[in-house]
Amino acid sequence: MKWFSNLPKTRRNLVTALVAFVVLSLVRWASGENALTSQFTIAVTITAAIPIAMAGLGAMMSERSGIINLGVEGMMILGTWFAGLFGFHWGAWAALAGGAIGGALGGALHALATVTFGVDHTISGVALNTLAFGWTRFLSAAYFKGRGAGSETNSPGFDTGKTIVIPGLGSKGPLAVLEKRHWPIVSDFCGLIRGLLAEWTFYRAVAFLLIPLVAFVIFRTRFGLRLRSSGEKPSAADSLGVAVNKIRYLAVMLSGSLAGVGGAILVLNNNGGYQEAQTANRGFLGIAAMIFGNWRPAGVAAGSLLFGFFDSLQLTSVGAVRGLYLAGVVAAVVAGYMAIRRRSQRLLAGMALLGAALLTAFLTKFKLDDDIVKGLPYLATLVVLTIFSRRLRPPAAAGLPWRKGQTT
Amino acid sequence: MNRKTLYSLAAPAAALALALIVTSLALLAGGHSPLLAFSKMLKYCFSKDSGAVITNKSLPLFISGLAVAIGFKMNVFNIGVEGQYRLAAILAAAAGAQVHLPGPLHVLLVMIIAMAVGAAWAAVAGILNVTRNVNIVVGTIMLNGVVASLLGYLLKHIASVKGGMRSTTTLPKSAWFPDLVQFGKGSRVYAFVLVAALVGVIFSIVINRTRFGFDLRASGVNPGAASASGVNPKSMIIKTMLISGALAGLIGMPLLLSDAHKYTQEFPTGFGFAGIAVAIVGRYRAGGVALAALLFATIERAAQILPQLPTAPPKEIGTIMQGTMMLSAVVAYEVVRRFGEAAAIKDAAAKAEGVTA
Repeated sequence: MKWFSNLPKTRRNLVTALVAFVVLSLVRWASGENALTSQFTIAVTITAAIPIAMAGLGAMMSERSGIINLGVEGMMILGTWFAGLFGFHWGAWAALAGGAIGGALGGALHALATVTFGVDHTISGVALNTLAFGWTRFLSAAYFKGRGAGSETNSPGFDTGKTIVIPGLGSKGPLAVLEKRHWPIVSDFCGLIRGLLAEWTFYRAVAFLLIPLVAFVIFRTRFGLRLRSSGEKPSAADSLGVAVNKIRYLAVMLSGSLAGVGGAILVLNNNGGYQEAQTANRGFLGIAAMIFGNWRPAGVAAGSLLFGFFDSLQLTSVGAVRGLYLAGVVAAVVAGYMAIRRRSQRLLAGMALLGAALLTAFLTKFKLDDDIVKGLPYLATLVVLTIFSRRLRPPAAAGLPWRKGQTT
Repeated sequence: MNRKTLYSLAAPAAALALALIVTSLALLAGGHSPLLAFSKMLKYCFSKDSGAVITNKSLPLFISGLAVAIGFKMNVFNIGVEGQYRLAAILAAAAGAQVHLPGPLHVLLVMIIAMAVGAAWAAVAGILNVTRNVNIVVGTIMLNGVVASLLGYLLKHIASVKGGMRSTTTLPKSAWFPDLVQFGKGSRVYAFVLVAALVGVIFSIVINRTRFGFDLRASGVNPGAASASGVNPKSMIIKTMLISGALAGLIGMPLLLSDAHKYTQEFPTGFGFAGIAVAIVGRYRAGGVALAALLFATIERAAQILPQLPTAPPKEIGTIMQGTMMLSAVVAYEVVRRFGEAAAIKDAAAKAEGVTA
């Protein structure tokens, strides 16, 4: 394993992802649960992951500048509402813009409370979530009720634009044929490629572009450097002439925009219909993805995929859940091996128990209750955070009160 | 009136004023007359039944506010009150229907079960926080999500369908909480008001007059100093979450024991989140939380009249008022605190000058 630990970090992640893919493929092949890596499963996973990723990027943007943002859920709610309004009046592209504007409004409120008035970041964020819920309820009653299919809880729908299928990747193309052979690795690869690239909507393209764009802005631009220094040591940034408060305002509003775009994508996925409580805590899943991703864009994306997978389980077949049991057994075996190397008997015992339970569930074809499956994304998030929350490095000044001129 | 009380009154007054302004703007934007709306709302508050309805409605809000407040006081942000009270209510309702006990004991048993469930569920987030560093807010939100799915599961498995609705078995009469007063038909005040008052008094004593309360407040103001003076932050977090969860368990009790007598799909939701607003506006003190709960219940009751006005403004205007009050209250408290600090520094400077001169 020495060669592995000698690799640079990005390569190590790549190798890990590759190994995970091969293992998943073999699990799929051995169990015969082809839904596990089918085009459908992967496509819905990505559809579910995108709004989470937007919220996660948003939360990251804000926290990198030093403002903890637990209001992303509220900003996302505002995004869904404005997307419903703009989309209904001016079409699908306007819905995306509306989401960004609505989210930015929420961000501006959060910035006003935390940056200008120095309110505790957590309290302001939590207050914003409640506020957004109340406001959208009222606004819907005022603007959606009585218009077409609109009511105080949902907007009338609108045309969300075309879905483009890439030639050769469609359900009759060569890759689809290969996927249906169910060969190990090859068919899984075809399913992965098709799920990832076959069908495009304009908003999926925007979301795919936003991830590297945010990474570029944060790590490769002057604004990004100032933003990060405001989040690490505002007094030092201030002494060098960085307008910390201005940067933070911008960061929190951009953060809201990203979360709002995530909300708009939820609306667009729903045939252009805004619905109350549509966000269903995805803003918080985004925060969890940010924590899992250690405040880095690629990590946020990876975390979103993980949570998106669990979020989409209620849509995919029972087979995917069964395949998941087997994947869990493999994960428990790997963790058990690590436990032996680290000589942690407690971890070993826990993993043996978990592995045995999952194996039994797989062999007896244990069917999870539908309602329990709905809770899986939250449960999975808790488990993931429990495992990964200790080796993290959040921005040093995130959440600390700071006023201009303060030198510590 | 001394300066301190003046400051502490200024903030909620400013928050209420701002909420009224924002609400007026929202009404004007919708083409409604704010003056007419507010006068009708005020009048409706004094109509028959309103007093009883407001009092009953404020009970779960008050308890929820206290559950949130005890955590927020030391920066343990228990956002999971919502899930804790709903899980507690369904399990207490199901368990209470299985036993037969003399009246007061039966009521007590149901309440104790609810508190135990709430405390246990809240403790999960606390334990994950102190042992694995899982953020309390994110952890409790995720547990809320788990509760939502658990409730669906439980309603399917321990409840039965009656009249097109899933519900637990109705509690036997011995577990019904009596009413305090009844005026004519349907208008009654739950005797749970006495329990709520007792809880408020105990809360106040614990926070202000005990070692634990002192440690709690110290941890909130300056965790470093508290820890240096021997307060164990980890055990404080667990204890706070346990108490917060136990209080959360009580939220559903006035509804369950005095009104519905069973847990159904339509058991009221949202008290956990409303409690956050109530706690913030009430400044995390028992008296303040009680006033805030009454205010919120009044707003909600008053808003019910709105659809009957000529222009029929939506009753959701009440939600706007509550939400705006919460956010403006935090800002107002912060501004007032800064004013107070600045004034204190000025006073000290003036005194020091007097000494040197």
